[in-house]
Amino acid sequence: MSYNFAYLDEQTKRMIRRAILKGVAIPGYQVPFASREMPMPYGWGTGGVQVSAACLTPDDVFKVIDQGADDTTNAVSIRRFFEKTAGVAVTEKTTEATVIQTRHRIPETPLSADQILVYQVPIPEPLRFLEPRETETRKMHGLEEYGLMHVKLYEDIARHGEIATAYAYPVKVEDRYVMDPSPIPKFDNPKLESPALQLFGAGREQRIYALPPYTKVFSLDFEDYPFDPSKAAHPCALCGAEDSYLDEVIVDDAGGRMFVCSDTDYCASRRETGEAA
Amino acid sequence: MALSEPSVTDTMGGGFANPPRDAAIAFRAALDVMARPGVIREITGGHPPLPLSPAAGSLLLVLCDPETRVYLSPSCDTDAVRAWLRFHTGAPLVAADKADFAIGPWDQLCPDLARMRQGVQDYPDRSVTLIVEMDHLAAEGVRLTGPGIKAEAFLNLPETTAFVANARRFPLGFDTFFTSDSQIAALPRSTSIEGAS
Repeated sequence: MSYNFAYLDEQTKRMIRRAILKGVAIPGYQVPFASREMPMPYGWGTGGVQVSAACLTPDDVFKVIDQGADDTTNAVSIRRFFEKTAGVAVTEKTTEATVIQTRHRIPETPLSADQILVYQVPIPEPLRFLEPRETETRKMHGLEEYGLMHVKLYEDIARHGEIATAYAYPVKVEDRYVMDPSPIPKFDNPKLESPALQLFGAGREQRIYALPPYTKVFSLDFEDYPFDPSKAAHPCALCGAEDSYLDEVIVDDAGGRMFVCSDTDYCASRRETGEAA
Repeated sequence: MALSEPSVTDTMGGGFANPPRDAAIAFRAALDVMARPGVIREITGGHPPLPLSPAAGSLLLVLCDPETRVYLSPSCDTDAVRAWLRFHTGAPLVAADKADFAIGPWDQLCPDLARMRQGVQDYPDRSVTLIVEMDHLAAEGVRLTGPGIKAEAFLNLPETTAFVANARRFPLGFDTFFTSDSQIAALPRSTSIEGAS
């Protein structure tokens, strides 16, 4: 018998598990939970880590990405954390993983029904920058009063000629709750309608929310300014992919730059299988 | 399907053999069925006293502790069940209108349903979760659509009126697990229900 599988104590996991179940039952609604101190600072994915800890079983294969990459500090440290505390198998391959924790991206490879995607969320409340009071935003969600969000998008158009929100682009879930999909690029928004279960954890803000599989997710827009999941107009400089989200990388001191896939597994496997142009 | 014989019926037995591991595996079954209404899964590890099913017992071990208030329907409210639940979870046993979890067969839970917690406008999550003991679970009967369901799903609900009314109240309402022997299924409040086929 082993105690403290996946770091958290059992009572904490029960509390998180109850919050996750209510989140799943009310898609897009933010369930408060008693977020714990984790052995990493806020902003490093403490919410996602707690949700992952409550969901992992010893048989899971765990993958962590940070802005699409498996090999950045945040991803490596969280992956090692669960290797050590849960003894789970880990992978960098999207197709091999059963639980994927992510910071700010959805993998390019389509997810399947037997996968869970866990998001790290900094600010779960989509209305927070429009209305700072939690009591008021609660009421606005309760009354489905989302006019302010449309005014914000409209002001984008008035000022920039288009909806300038490029990440954390607000969505409406099942025609009811407006939800922050975490700071994923709006390019990823269409992927929010997925066969996989998606769970969102905000550690500092103490909120958990969820999108069950196949949940209807609508990116807010206007009839004359429809939602546009744009990306940089280049192919990936390494694998040639034209359908993946790209990072712009500065390569010298003379302003030289290149565009490469942000999803490292997608890019690497395309190069391995010779799909690269 | 009849309730299987619990292997241990005394108060201190019948818990998870390896709590962190067994609870994690059982939770994934519960999460999977709540995320995919109509799907039926095995959930095991708990061996509660009769009349609780192993599935209901396992779910209680996963979710209940001193922070959750539990209501036992009259047929489940036996000394053995009370003692078992108190020993393994420490959950306070309360009246139906105070409960976070309510356990029993549908015909006993139904009369109290209107009094149970349905959440409030700002906090719809502050609502009861029913654990309804069933004779059997089958992917047949009423048609289910909504979040978690690709096209349609079917489940043998004990009745439709109460669940149709519950879905209409969304986002308020209750969420339901159905348990039978070692099987579990679920119906969140988000699921739309169309009459028996």
